[in-house]
Amino acid sequence: MGFVHGLKCRECGREYPVDPIYVCEFCFGPLEVVYDYEGIRKVLTKEKITSRPQNLWRYIELLPIDGAPTSGLNSGFTPLVKAGKLATLIGVKELYIKDDTVTHPTLSFKDRVVAVALSKAREFGFDTVACASTGNLAHSVSAHGAADGFKRFIFIPASLEKSKIVASLVYDPNLIAVDGNYDDVNRLCSEVANKYRWAFVNINIRPFYAEGSKTQGYEILEQLGWKAPDAVVVPSASGSLLTKIWKSFKEMKQLGLIDELHTKVFSAQATGCSPIVAAIKAGVDVIKPVKPDTIAKSLAIGNPADGYYATHVVKESGGFGEDVSDQEIIDAIKLLAKTEGIFAETAGGVTLASAIKLIKGGHIKEDDVTVLCITGNGLKTKEAIMGHTGEPYHIQPNMKSFEEALKKINDK
Amino acid sequence: MAVRVKIPVPLQRLTQGKEEVEGDSGTVISLITNLDRKYPGLGERISEGGKLRRFVNVYVNEEDVRFLKNEETEVKDGDEVSIVPAIAGGAS
Repeated sequence: MGFVHGLKCRECGREYPVDPIYVCEFCFGPLEVVYDYEGIRKVLTKEKITSRPQNLWRYIELLPIDGAPTSGLNSGFTPLVKAGKLATLIGVKELYIKDDTVTHPTLSFKDRVVAVALSKAREFGFDTVACASTGNLAHSVSAHGAADGFKRFIFIPASLEKSKIVASLVYDPNLIAVDGNYDDVNRLCSEVANKYRWAFVNINIRPFYAEGSKTQGYEILEQLGWKAPDAVVVPSASGSLLTKIWKSFKEMKQLGLIDELHTKVFSAQATGCSPIVAAIKAGVDVIKPVKPDTIAKSLAIGNPADGYYATHVVKESGGFGEDVSDQEIIDAIKLLAKTEGIFAETAGGVTLASAIKLIKGGHIKEDDVTVLCITGNGLKTKEAIMGHTGEPYHIQPNMKSFEEALKKINDK
Repeated sequence: MAVRVKIPVPLQRLTQGKEEVEGDSGTVISLITNLDRKYPGLGERISEGGKLRRFVNVYVNEEDVRFLKNEETEVKDGDEVSIVPAIAGGAS
């Protein structure tokens, strides 16, 4: 097992051995895992993949670990839901929801990247795992790390929603709440990571961690019957998920596991934090950082380091980007829930609301088979929609009171 | 008193292992040019043609210089400058 050649700088191409390092010593470019695709092509078949258990490790040859996985053995392989009612409402013929609101165990796609990161951290011999997070990653590292027996240091912005803080604390990690936004937390963590020999999943383990996102892409292709969609809409924070989904599609094409790749990749952001979409709309690849101001806190990265690459993927694939207001996010969360029965967190509202705009704007056509990446569960960000839903019918515990309420409902 | 400059691990090889070095006041880019005289090689790692490299973030007193005047941001004695690799970092 193990098809990893080494690490390579995406900017200058310098090569490095497989170590917990993340930037090129020469130009500071990000390091990327290099695989032996010829070797993988010889052993990996559709039959082999489909014969394996339904979790993200069924694509193990395309993931950067050497031995057997030790983390996230039940993560991944979430449903691809055909969303007929929603499709009719928003104006496309065939629409799918990649439903990572039900990823095991912490209900967001971060369980994918953490499964890979902690398996790799174990291989490197670390006893402590850490992360900088806006919430979902904190939950995932707290939970997986507990199950895997790691010491855990979790750094979050102190302003996070209370429900997200509790959902980390329950796993009993060392939770460090920092006065500042995510970019401040990230900067602090890169300094902490310099000093302590910990596995920071999104810093020194990042080249391996980020590869876990590809599994969402592989699953989409497999679940569409080994076919690529015409359009995929991806919520963008750092831009990493978007670039990795594109990478996963290209790998499957290169390995001959899909015949054709013509997918347009679309980036979705909240208007209050849209540095990637702003660059896409301006037709440039220079990302101008912003100070985030949006209810979509899980996407609130004002300084997205993969933004540059995300703009290139969008351009290469012929896609586009769209950004949406807080109100549009709330409306989309409610629309997804009442049409398809899926309660997404704010990032999911961003994705659906952006898709609606992209369809209206003619960027996604009526005939395009479209996939929306819904990356986290709405129970995590209930605050965002409090006061924006309907009210219960309050009644007395007798039939008369119930019949009165029923009349009101029927008269509506 | 001088400008305090925090050096990230990948560059500490060039500063004889020092995590923090002292630099001259002026602009961010003149600070880097001057540091390169004392620590040869440092300049080209951080900048190219007078501009900061794409994957390098520079903070003056904890503020990203891209919110200030980029390479022309002024630094004075007592300021703290952090050089941080952009860790292609997301954590939604």
